Amino acid sequence: MATTSLLTTRWGPILTGAAIGVCAPLLVKLGNPGNMGVCVACFSRDIAGALGLHRAAPVQYLRPEISGLVLGALLAALLHREFRPRTGSAPLVRFVLGICAVAGALMFLGCPWRAYLRLAGGDGNAMAGIGGLAAGIALGVLFLRRGFSLGRTRPAPVAVGWIIPALMLGLLALLLWAPQVGRTPEGTPTGPVFFSTQGPGSQHAPILVAFVLALWMGYLAQRSRFCTVGAIRDLILMRDAHLFNGVLAVIGAALVTNVALGLFKPGFTAQPIAHTNTLWNFLGMTLSGLAFTLAGGCPGRQLFLAGEGDADAGMFALGVLVGAGIVHTFNAASSAAGPGPTGPAFVIAGLVVSVMIGLTMRDPQR
Amino acid sequence: MAPTRQIDVRGLSCPEPVLRVGDALRALGTGRLEVLLDPGTAHDNIVRIAERAGWRVTGHDEGDGLRVMLEK
Repeated sequence: MATTSLLTTRWGPILTGAAIGVCAPLLVKLGNPGNMGVCVACFSRDIAGALGLHRAAPVQYLRPEISGLVLGALLAALLHREFRPRTGSAPLVRFVLGICAVAGALMFLGCPWRAYLRLAGGDGNAMAGIGGLAAGIALGVLFLRRGFSLGRTRPAPVAVGWIIPALMLGLLALLLWAPQVGRTPEGTPTGPVFFSTQGPGSQHAPILVAFVLALWMGYLAQRSRFCTVGAIRDLILMRDAHLFNGVLAVIGAALVTNVALGLFKPGFTAQPIAHTNTLWNFLGMTLSGLAFTLAGGCPGRQLFLAGEGDADAGMFALGVLVGAGIVHTFNAASSAAGPGPTGPAFVIAGLVVSVMIGLTMRDPQR
Repeated sequence: MAPTRQIDVRGLSCPEPVLRVGDALRALGTGRLEVLLDPGTAHDNIVRIAERAGWRVTGHDEGDGLRVMLEK
């Protein structure tokens, strides 16, 4: 278990980041959408679509990567005695923060992971997103410095910690079984479960490869405490580059892998699943960065915590799932053409809500 | 020996444990700080930050969490 012990040193985030940076472009090569080897926001959006929480036909698929990330973290936590079921730290607020975070991410078209992966694929628009992400995290740091807190978790019955992993197993079962319950008057199955026949939702790597690679990434990330938002937060807050080195490793490894696989295409226009509106790319990720910081970590980190038994992180993940459904149903998600008609209103509302949360939440026991 | 101060950061989300311990260490300057904390991320972060600032770290498992002593 030499690798495992290395994962808890300063090399942990770097090794994890490098693994993600290699796996993500590989998954693109094997069928996932461009610069979207792994994206927690986009994949949650696809799962929401598959379950019928929105009806945007091009983005419906039960992405096995999300299940793999959670179950990989669960495996690591069980093997290393870190599976600690817990809850009680403002779960409803975390659910709302999940909705806000995905509203911002679907304005930019990617979570922080995809922002870094887009940059490593040559998409110059990612710079506005990463700039916005850093701005949002800096705003979150201001609230943390003022004493922001969502309060303490407390130990919970074991069953509580198994709810999100069980949900992930259920999603995998639905993917493999692929039932399509609804039917047209002609008798053609329509779903749910819905599966895109064109667009990003129809592009995916083989199920087993996607699941196993995500399982591995989840295992590594749980052990190394990998977090793409904590990376920038800790740099601002404590001048601590421990996690930030992991982000640099993601970008470096993905850049090299993209070049090796012929996937590196530098430029701003005609980038895969991206738009060129700098202002809203920036503001979308400002919202995401703020919401992730207030919730304690990036969407990947929330999945890993949920795998460790943190039911409050699970509530955040459910907020992302439901929020993705709401954002698409209300035409707020961006497309290659630019922000959706109601996207800016959603981002502004999300910023107002997140700032209100930042201003009002304190640990009552402090 | 100087009296030992105690701080409980169990159950708090990242980065609150390390922030509170960091504030307490700066306020203390030198001496002894006993920290009640969760295993995992909070433990790793607090040990890393404390050692970087020159504090000696010793600790043991308490069953429902960890008890770590920081000394300088």
